[in-house]
Amino acid sequence: MIEVTNDQFLGYFRLDERFPHILCPGCGIGTTMATMVRAFLELGIKQDELCVVSGIGCSSRVPGYLDCDTFHTLHGRALPAATGVKLAKPELKVVVIGGDGDIMAIGGNHFIHAARRNLDITVIVVNNFTYAMTGGQYSPTTPTHERAATAPFGNVERSFDVCFLAKAAGAMFVARSTTFHVAHLKKMLELALKKNGFSVVEVISQCPTFYGRYQGIGDAVQMLEWLRTRAVDVSKVTDPWHQKDKFVIGVLHDQQEIAPYTQLYEQIRAQSRGK
Amino acid sequence: MKQLLSGNEACAIGAIRAGVRFFAGYPITPSTEIAEYLSRELPRVGGTFIQMEDEIGSICCMNGATAAGVKAMTATSGPGFSLMQEGIGYSIMAELPCIIVNVMRGGPATGTPTRTSQADVMQARFGTHGDHPIVALCPWSVRECFDLTAEAVNISERLRIPVIVLMDEIVGHMREVVELPETVKIWRPDKPKPAPDQYYHYDDRNNYDAAIASFGEGYRIHLTGLTHRKDGFPTDDPEIIKWNLDRLRNKIEENRSWLWDIYYEDIGSETVIVCYGSAARAGMEAKRQFELKTGRRVGIVRLRMVWPFPNERLIALLRSARRVIVPEMNQGQLYREVERTVSLRVPVVSVQRYDGEMLTPEEIIASL
Repeated sequence: MIEVTNDQFLGYFRLDERFPHILCPGCGIGTTMATMVRAFLELGIKQDELCVVSGIGCSSRVPGYLDCDTFHTLHGRALPAATGVKLAKPELKVVVIGGDGDIMAIGGNHFIHAARRNLDITVIVVNNFTYAMTGGQYSPTTPTHERAATAPFGNVERSFDVCFLAKAAGAMFVARSTTFHVAHLKKMLELALKKNGFSVVEVISQCPTFYGRYQGIGDAVQMLEWLRTRAVDVSKVTDPWHQKDKFVIGVLHDQQEIAPYTQLYEQIRAQSRGK
Repeated sequence: MKQLLSGNEACAIGAIRAGVRFFAGYPITPSTEIAEYLSRELPRVGGTFIQMEDEIGSICCMNGATAAGVKAMTATSGPGFSLMQEGIGYSIMAELPCIIVNVMRGGPATGTPTRTSQADVMQARFGTHGDHPIVALCPWSVRECFDLTAEAVNISERLRIPVIVLMDEIVGHMREVVELPETVKIWRPDKPKPAPDQYYHYDDRNNYDAAIASFGEGYRIHLTGLTHRKDGFPTDDPEIIKWNLDRLRNKIEENRSWLWDIYYEDIGSETVIVCYGSAARAGMEAKRQFELKTGRRVGIVRLRMVWPFPNERLIALLRSARRVIVPEMNQGQLYREVERTVSLRVPVVSVQRYDGEMLTPEEIIASL
C-alpha cells in the first residue's frame, strides 16, 4: 500500500477551473469521489492509464473533476461506452461511476449485460435513492411507500437491490458500503479495483437536499447518522440479501476469477487467423 | 479477382479496407449480413466485433471505441436506426468519427423487415434532436456499397463526424459480379503536436483535417454530450453555445464543395430524372428505354450523397431543365428538397412507390 501525500491527492483533480464543484452542501458524492481517488492512489493507478466513464446525473459529474481521461456520456449509457473503450484499449483501467437512476433504470439493461460479459471494469453505483439532478423523483431504489417529487402519495413500486442484481447478472465481485464508513468504503473500492473482472460497489450516499427532505430524515449530519445506524456488517448477518431496513455492508460476493472478455476475445483473434 | 458479392458484403469489405477495426451492432433484417461478415473477418485483422444488447448499446459502444482511437462502425435498419438517434447526437456533439450503415426497410415501427424502402432519408437528416449537420451517402450498386463505405470512413475521419451510409434492402441483398481494389485511399489523422497542457480538443484549428488525441495517450481529455468549450468542459455561456453549434455547422458548410458527389448524364435535356440509391437503377433503365423508343434524350442526376443536400450544384445542373422527375421508394421525401432547390421555376414530379416493391422503369417512363 502506498502512503498518499496531499499533493498526490490534489494532483488527481482538475483544480484549475473545475472547482468549486456543483454538488450541494452535505452531499455524499464528494466523499465518494475523494475516497475513490485515494483508492486509485493507494493501488498505484496512474492518471494516464485510467479512463473514468459516466452517464448523466449528480454522481455522473464526478469525471469532470478528475485529471485523467474522462468520458461523460449519455444518460444510462456509461457501461456500453466503457465497453467500447475497454475493448479498444484493454490496457486502460476503466472505471464507471453513476447513480441509481442512471445505472439501474435507464441503464439497467446495459448493467446486466455488462456484468454478464465480464469485462474488467469497476462500476461504482452511488445510490442516494432518488433522481437528485432533476429534483427528487422516485428511482428504482426508492423503497415502497416513500415519498418523492413524483410520488406525492408514496411510491407504489418495489425497489431493486443493486448488489443482488449485480450478483445474479454475473458480476465477479460485489460489495456495498456507505459514505459514512469512509475507511470501509476505500477498502471495498480497492478490492473491486484489484479484481480482474466485472466488479460492482454500491455506495449508499446521503442526499439531504432531496431524499432527506422528502423522507423527513433531515440534514447531512442526521443522514450520516441514519447511514451509521442502518448499516450492519455482512459478518453479523446470516442472510445478507433479506435484511429489511438495514444496509448490509461488506463484500457480498467474490467469486473465483475467470478470464475476462478481452482475454477470451484475444483467443478468438488467434483462432480466426488459423481458419 | 472477380467476385459475386452482395451489397452488404461489399459494404463490410469496404469498411475493413478503409481501416475499420471495430464493429458493435445488434441483429436486424436486412442488415445482418454486415455483422455476420465482420464477426468473421474483424478478428482476423486484429479488430473487434461485439454484439450488444440493443442498438442503443451498439452505438454507445462504438462511440467508446472511437473515443479510444479505433475506426468503428455499426450497421442496422429502421427500428435500430431509431434507437441509435440518441447516440448519433452524441457522436456529433463529441465529434467522434464513425460510420452508421442503415439498410433501409419499410416503416414506421417494425414495418416490413424483408422488403425495401427509402423512407429513412429525412430521419437520417433530422433524426436526432437539436441543430446539427449530417453527411449521408447513398449507394446504388454492389460496387458503390464498397466505394461509398470506404469514402464514408475517410469523410468521418476528416470532418470528425458520424457518416450515415443509406443503403436499402435491394442494394444490400442484390448480388453483382465485382472486382474490388485490394487497397483504398485512407485518410489518417496526425497525432497532436502540442504538449498535453497546451492541447485543446476542440480548438478552432481542430474542426476538421485535425490532429486529435484519443483516450490513453496522456492528453487527459474530457468528452461530454453537453455544450462545451474548446477544452471540452461544459458551459451554458450563450456566446460559447453559439460557438459550439457554429463549429458543428461549419464542418459541413466549409467542405460542401468537395463533399458533394453527383453522377449525371445528358443534363441539357428537357426532362431530367433526379434519383438516388436503388431507385436510380429504375431511373437509369427508364432513361435507356425511353430514349430507345422516342429518340429523345432524358437527363439523369444521381445523388451519391443526399446530405448535405447539393442545392447549388443542382441549381446549375437543372438550369436548362423544363421538367424534373424525382422517383423514390417513399412518399416523396427528397422530392421536396428538389422542389425547393428549383424554386418552383420548373414543375417537379414525384414518382412514389412505398409498397415494399422496387420501383419499375415503367412507372418512371409513365411520367416522362
